[in-house]
Amino acid sequence: MTTLLNVKDLRAYYGQVQALHGLSFSLNEGSLTTLLGANGAGKTTTLRAICNMVRSTGGIEFDGKPLNNKSTESIVRFGIAHVPQGRGTFTTMTVEENLQLGAITRKDSAGIVSDIERMYAHFPVLKQRHTQQAGTLSGGEQQMLAVARALMLRPRLMLLDEPSFGLAPLVVRDLFGILGKINREDKVSILVVEQNAQLALELADQAYVIETGRIVMSGNAKDIANNEEIRKSYLGY
Amino acid sequence: MELFTNQVLAGIATGAIYACMALAVVMIYQAIDHLNFAQGEMAMFSTFISWQLMQWGVSYWAAFVITLAFSFVAGIAIERILFKPLAKAPVLTNVAGFIALFAIINSSAGLIWDFTIKQYPTPFGSAPFLGSQLISTHQAGMIGVTVLLLLGLYFFFQYTRIGLAMRAAASVPESARLVGINTSWMIALGWGMATAIGSIAGMLIAPVVFLEPNMMGGVLIYGFAAAVLGGLSSPFGAVVGGFLVGVFENLAGTYIPGVGNELKLPIALALIISVLVVKPAGLFGRQIVKRV
Repeated sequence: MTTLLNVKDLRAYYGQVQALHGLSFSLNEGSLTTLLGANGAGKTTTLRAICNMVRSTGGIEFDGKPLNNKSTESIVRFGIAHVPQGRGTFTTMTVEENLQLGAITRKDSAGIVSDIERMYAHFPVLKQRHTQQAGTLSGGEQQMLAVARALMLRPRLMLLDEPSFGLAPLVVRDLFGILGKINREDKVSILVVEQNAQLALELADQAYVIETGRIVMSGNAKDIANNEEIRKSYLGY
Repeated sequence: MELFTNQVLAGIATGAIYACMALAVVMIYQAIDHLNFAQGEMAMFSTFISWQLMQWGVSYWAAFVITLAFSFVAGIAIERILFKPLAKAPVLTNVAGFIALFAIINSSAGLIWDFTIKQYPTPFGSAPFLGSQLISTHQAGMIGVTVLLLLGLYFFFQYTRIGLAMRAAASVPESARLVGINTSWMIALGWGMATAIGSIAGMLIAPVVFLEPNMMGGVLIYGFAAAVLGGLSSPFGAVVGGFLVGVFENLAGTYIPGVGNELKLPIALALIISVLVVKPAGLFGRQIVKRV
């Protein structure tokens, strides 16, 4: 298995405040890896640092190429799609325009058209609402749209920041099912940050646990899920 | 009745110019959240460029096109040199930047072309339009050019990928960057387009107000009134606002005793204030809701 993303000694800062303290982890091609941890542990910051949305030092390599000092918009062109916390929906635009924006860096217009149809097949509700303003969708539908928008890039790696946030449990199950399918069938590697550790561990193959800006635990997702001590002290269930 | 129709049509004609100015102001406001006080001066300078070209023997439409291109590039240059470095600066720093730009352009124009009033040609002539006494060919031309411009812009923003990217960059900059849009250049492009739109307004109104460095002062205030009336967050509102202000100004000048020509400008200011009091987001603007 080849390493797709390799993060080494990552330190990130908000002004004077240091949020990540030398964090290292890696993600294999084709894997679905989850970053777990409590509020304020640095999960979101890690994703933001990968896309250079926060000041950071350390090494970030994607497919062997360094991402440091690349602008956020050029990192997208490596094939990294980031679904930010809060989903980042273009609320005043239509559902279809949101999907087109996901593919804005692509040049193959025929491929974009067929990919939009593919997204409607994945998420039928988006087809029903394709002319509607995205801001009028429900939370679950907006999360589907955000995932679909990210997939429109035909990414090699998808970064997902708390996809379950604010969604009803049934909707979350649905969404995670789709994520697993995308990972297996479309061969998209996924790095997902979650507070819902139980669900994320069911889905993922690899897991890392972050506490106050450091990795405190890593391993096979099943092993971590089965380790009662870790579950009690870090994951709270 | 003929007086009324006449005033309405004349109002629509000047309203077209206000609509262009309001649109230029709104485009920049959408991109950087600041009002460009120098929009009028930029338009005035562009108009002088076209006048100078014509003095050198260039035909009207050639000068028109060259001026558009010049304005587009100049707008981008102003953004890159002056306002990109100010992007994260406080509001007042930006306001100072705009006032500086205003003064610099105004004085430069005075220095190069002096402050005497100049005639500016119209390519449409000033005969009665289609033999009717209601509206002149130049006024009809003003409306025609503006309508073409608006249709072109609508098509650009609605049906082209770059238009879509510009809208995305203005509405949710962070998400726009995450799908790979270079938002910084989208802002520069917005400046270029806004400046070109302003130059069209300047060239169309110059035959009416005559060419001189202070020609756009009043026009820009009407443009602001139009933008506020329609809503600063809505380009469509700005355009509608422009036409409404144009018509309103003319009808008030004609029918409200004592207003006449002298008090037309205060009417625009009164309009700005009334709109801000009654409907702060404007007719078509969206109320910005913030979570607390």
